Amino acid sequence: MKSEFFSPGRFRAVVVKEFIQMRRDRLTFAMMIGIPLIQLILFGFAINSDPRHLPAVVLSADNSVFSRSVVTAMHNSSYFNVLRSVSSRAEAQQLLAEGEIQFVLTVPEQFGRRLIRGEKPVLLLEADATDPAASANAMTAFREIVSRSVYRELKGPLADLLPGEEPVTLRIHADYNPEGITQYNVVPGLMGVILTLTLVIITGLAITRESERGTMENLLSTPVKPIEVMIGKIFPYILVGYIQILLILTAAKLLFHIPMRGSLPLVFALSLLFIAANLTVGVTFSTVAKNQLQAMQMTIFFFLPSILLSGFMFPFRGMPEWAQYIGQILPLTHYLRIVRGILLKGNGLAQSWCHIWPILLFWGIVLTVGVKRYRRTLD
Amino acid sequence: MMDEQEFVIDVHGISKSFGSKTVVKNLDMRVAKGEIYGFLGPNGSGKTTFIRMLCGLLKPDKGFGTCLGYDILKESDRIKPHVGYMSQKFSLYGDLTVRENLDFIARMYGLKKCRQAVDECIARMGLETFRNQLAGNLSGGWKQRLTLASCTLHSPKLLLLDEPTAGVDPGARRDFWDEVHKLAAEGITALISTHYMDEAERCHRLAYIAYGDLLASGTVAEMIENSGLATWSVSGKNLHDLSEKLRDMPGIQQVVAFGNTLHISGKDHAAMEKSILPYMSESFRWAKIQTNLEEVFIHLMQQVRNV
Ligand SMILES: Nc1ncnc2c1ncn2[C@@H]1O[C@H](COP(=O)(O)OP(=O)(O)OP(=O)(O)O)[C@@H](O)[C@H]1O
Ligand SMILES: [Mg+2]
Repeated sequence: MKSEFFSPGRFRAVVVKEFIQMRRDRLTFAMMIGIPLIQLILFGFAINSDPRHLPAVVLSADNSVFSRSVVTAMHNSSYFNVLRSVSSRAEAQQLLAEGEIQFVLTVPEQFGRRLIRGEKPVLLLEADATDPAASANAMTAFREIVSRSVYRELKGPLADLLPGEEPVTLRIHADYNPEGITQYNVVPGLMGVILTLTLVIITGLAITRESERGTMENLLSTPVKPIEVMIGKIFPYILVGYIQILLILTAAKLLFHIPMRGSLPLVFALSLLFIAANLTVGVTFSTVAKNQLQAMQMTIFFFLPSILLSGFMFPFRGMPEWAQYIGQILPLTHYLRIVRGILLKGNGLAQSWCHIWPILLFWGIVLTVGVKRYRRTLD
Repeated sequence: MMDEQEFVIDVHGISKSFGSKTVVKNLDMRVAKGEIYGFLGPNGSGKTTFIRMLCGLLKPDKGFGTCLGYDILKESDRIKPHVGYMSQKFSLYGDLTVRENLDFIARMYGLKKCRQAVDECIARMGLETFRNQLAGNLSGGWKQRLTLASCTLHSPKLLLLDEPTAGVDPGARRDFWDEVHKLAAEGITALISTHYMDEAERCHRLAYIAYGDLLASGTVAEMIENSGLATWSVSGKNLHDLSEKLRDMPGIQQVVAFGNTLHISGKDHAAMEKSILPYMSESFRWAKIQTNLEEVFIHLMQQVRNV
């Protein structure tokens, strides 16, 4: 029999029931719309810090003592963590778009020779400035790092080049967010934070409410299956999640003039994954918690690391390594990168993929735990 | 040979503990098809717990058996579609209307003609006027009726009703019992827990449990017979003084006032008669009467306490 495992009819009935209950619960409904607006206003400002060891790659067409000296100096400054050399511009661009690295240093052909000739060759530093707080300090330090290292190498017969003006022309590109406007970074991030907060809380209360009011006893005595209840409870809130996204994106456009380079449909499509993951966390919490208060506490337990370690509050790369590991597990971390990537960098599906699968994995694990933990009995 | 189908409930050695407290001890129960089985016992004796185990809401720690021919431990998914369970506490959605609640339940059981079934059910239970009222705002008795409606909606083969008439007025209670008898005549089996004696008397068979132990079971007549109690009624003046005097006399186990009469019962008939002989005077009218169920149950409960 098909209906042994999943019955669309029962699933639909659970969805309809949840919708009716949601509609009658005015306060919760107001909260779902109110929280995004309030947070959007509260987080209008950004929090700065001084992250170091930012990953960088070098695209060098020159192998002179000067270019090597610049790279070494960058590394020693502790602002940059020069990972490796890349061989093509395309590769560098790809890494930058995916968020794997924060900087690309481009050294032109015959850099060393032209420097000695006094031709002031161009050194290009491209930065991923979606999060201006994360890259600003390193960009400022770069100028100093280069001139010192070049001066150090200009000794002996080359010393006459020394006292004059700068021997190198520095060009710094702040990609994606040239003016360094923090709202550009904060507002798309806020979308993820708000979804996490409201969706986990609301669904967290969904099943505990059934046990607290005693309606679980009746529900369990019917032939309904755990998966039907869980997905049926999640479904209506997916819609709520989308309303919130629409609200935030509209505000982002109208109030903060956030550029939207990438495809909005892609943002919507990938958001589904994130919304579903959060809702599943909420439902899973409520299968573990004994009452609504416990469910609420667990939600906060999940929300705090999400907001602190995802790169929303502090630049991800400014965090200690252990915190970054925890951050990597959280869906918010990846969702932030996806949304910022699409909106600010104009990323497509290909560049987003490296942040999609961690969310999928997380979702799969939580859903399994939830279905296993869903109590089919009252004890 | 016993036909498996004949016993709708057939369980043996069922036990359940919460922590260190054993709530149901080694209980056996057999209920035949079409029988109305009354389930009685003092508060906290484990009735609700036992009923919950039958419909798969709780897992027994020990024991085995079948319900509707399905294993109660392994096949609760097959049992559930055929059982109508009414919990002691109101457990429908207070923030849904009467109609919405019934609709939801109908869909949970996958009824074919949902709307029609719900309409019929509303009419049958006299819920028309409340159709669009939130279930949470109904009065206690109407909540009970709604719950009853919801658990008979899917034409179950077995009804498990946990105190279905608590707080229901006498007229509605009679309607309810008439309905249960009608269903039983159609072959539906019912296990009903109750604290009302008049309801116990309307059951085909009874089981009495106290603090987890099954103390007695059988028809009403058998229960009275097996208790071995004899009962006298006495009327006259100053009954209160008389009851005080009789209470501690040998052979007398219960002295209960019923308006202008006292009922006196005990197991040791000879000792009891000897005790009341001095009061068989002009001022009192004595008669030997039929022992009733309440006296049997109170007697059973006293026995447990004394152990
Ligand atoms: N989930 C539980 N956890 C711990 N103890 C429980 C639980 N459910 C029931 N009990 C205990 O089990 C005992 C039997 O309870 P149960 O509800 O089965 O009694 P009952 O016969 O239905 O009583 P009543 O006539 O008052 O409804 C009680 O002492 C109760 O405190
Ligand atoms: Mg009970």
